Amino acid sequence: MTPTRATRAPRSPRRQAARARAVASAVTDPELPMLTLADLGVLRGVDVVGDSHVVVEITPTYSGCPAMAAMRDDLVRELTGAGFDRVEVRVSLDPAWTTDWITPDGRAALAAAGISPPGPAPSSTGPIPLTLLPTARQVRCPQCDSPATELVSEFGSTACKAQYRCSCCLEPFDHVKEI
Amino acid sequence: MTEHVHTSPEDEHESAYSGLLVNDAHWAFGTDFEDPLAGVDTTIPEGIDAPTLAAYALMLGDDSLVMSHRIAEWTSNAPELEDDIALSNIALDLLGQARLLLARAAKADESIVPALPDGSPAPPEDALAFFREAHEFRNVRLAEVVNGDFAEATVRVLLFSVWRLAVWEQLRTSRDHVLAAVAAKGVKELAYHRDYAARWFVTLAQGTDESRSRLLAALDALWPLWPELFDTHPVEAAAAGSGVGVDPATVRESAEAVLDQVLAAADVPRPEVARRAGVLGRTGRDGMHGEPLSRMLAEMQSVARAHPKGLW
Repeated sequence: MTPTRATRAPRSPRRQAARARAVASAVTDPELPMLTLADLGVLRGVDVVGDSHVVVEITPTYSGCPAMAAMRDDLVRELTGAGFDRVEVRVSLDPAWTTDWITPDGRAALAAAGISPPGPAPSSTGPIPLTLLPTARQVRCPQCDSPATELVSEFGSTACKAQYRCSCCLEPFDHVKEI
Repeated sequence: MTEHVHTSPEDEHESAYSGLLVNDAHWAFGTDFEDPLAGVDTTIPEGIDAPTLAAYALMLGDDSLVMSHRIAEWTSNAPELEDDIALSNIALDLLGQARLLLARAAKADESIVPALPDGSPAPPEDALAFFREAHEFRNVRLAEVVNGDFAEATVRVLLFSVWRLAVWEQLRTSRDHVLAAVAAKGVKELAYHRDYAARWFVTLAQGTDESRSRLLAALDALWPLWPELFDTHPVEAAAAGSGVGVDPATVRESAEAVLDQVLAAADVPRPEVARRAGVLGRTGRDGMHGEPLSRMLAEMQSVARAHPKGLW
């Protein structure tokens, strides 16, 4: 059998998988563009099936997160642009996303952008205790590093953030809330 | 065949909206951008009756959708910007839960999805949200009553989230993978909603005479709908019996205990108001609703119904 058209040399599956992972890992979050989806912990898996079919698994941060569609589109665009013929983005609901999955690089990028990174997430197994007092957190001002900060609201500009104010430099800032 | 919003290239610099259309995968009716359960294992566990699972998921989804819509009506109307944002966040969480639950219901039993004209891009969860009549909704009546003042919103979110969190703590072990995953995610969100409402409840009760009297009036007004949350509908009994759902009667004690903590902190006695009767014993779960739901749906559904093939 003589090939009727020029075929490129097959790439090694391991290299293809590593390449797909590198491309997917570099895609940034639409709402927190200083973070990659990998930094945010939303990117749960990247697999290459066959030569050029990529399956990406992502986990939503919040049930109503409107950025999911943009994330999916960005992943498809970047991977297709990198030469993968078929890109499939799957949603993985279980286990639920937790802020504990934000990487150290991600936390540093948040702080550098003036957003206070989350502390350890509370346990979400067993009965969830009622908390009538504002959540006590050791939040430092991302502008002036003062520990004197006060909570303005547990609900911020997006579902994932709480609003704080620095008592020292008086700047308001966002804190990624622990879930 | 679909109606579409188009801008010609020369108009694009003039239109503030053109940037929004670059990525047409925005989450809106008719955009059909993705299946919210794409890649999620939606097989029905062995021994589970699919129509029961669908009917149960529909009840939970309708609670979320109707409550979300009422809370969303607060957007731009709350007393302070922070609370406007908080209520919008809560409404968005509930809308996300509604979308997953209605999609789950449709996946379990396609026959419950209203038929739409050929060529309609509406996904099943949108068809369920926008093309059913009030009597087909299965939400509890607490979710649908007309909004009052901020004290009323506080009490409503408190009662709703205390009850729902108690149910969803149990739902995390559902034999249905999707419901278990939605609940595992949802408890984290509902915990924020419950704490938000509980803190405002205490603040208003311990605030001025005016804030306290408004809070007590709101509690008296909504209290008649509290017992209905713990009634066991046959669908809930069947879902609980097969391990996919929760019989709300079984969480009454734990929900009451949490509510009592809030009432004690606020120094507010339990109201002595009788429960609101059903109509011939039928309540929200049976599709028996008040006029406010019809009015709400008329507004919420009007654009989708006028343009069943619309895309925007």
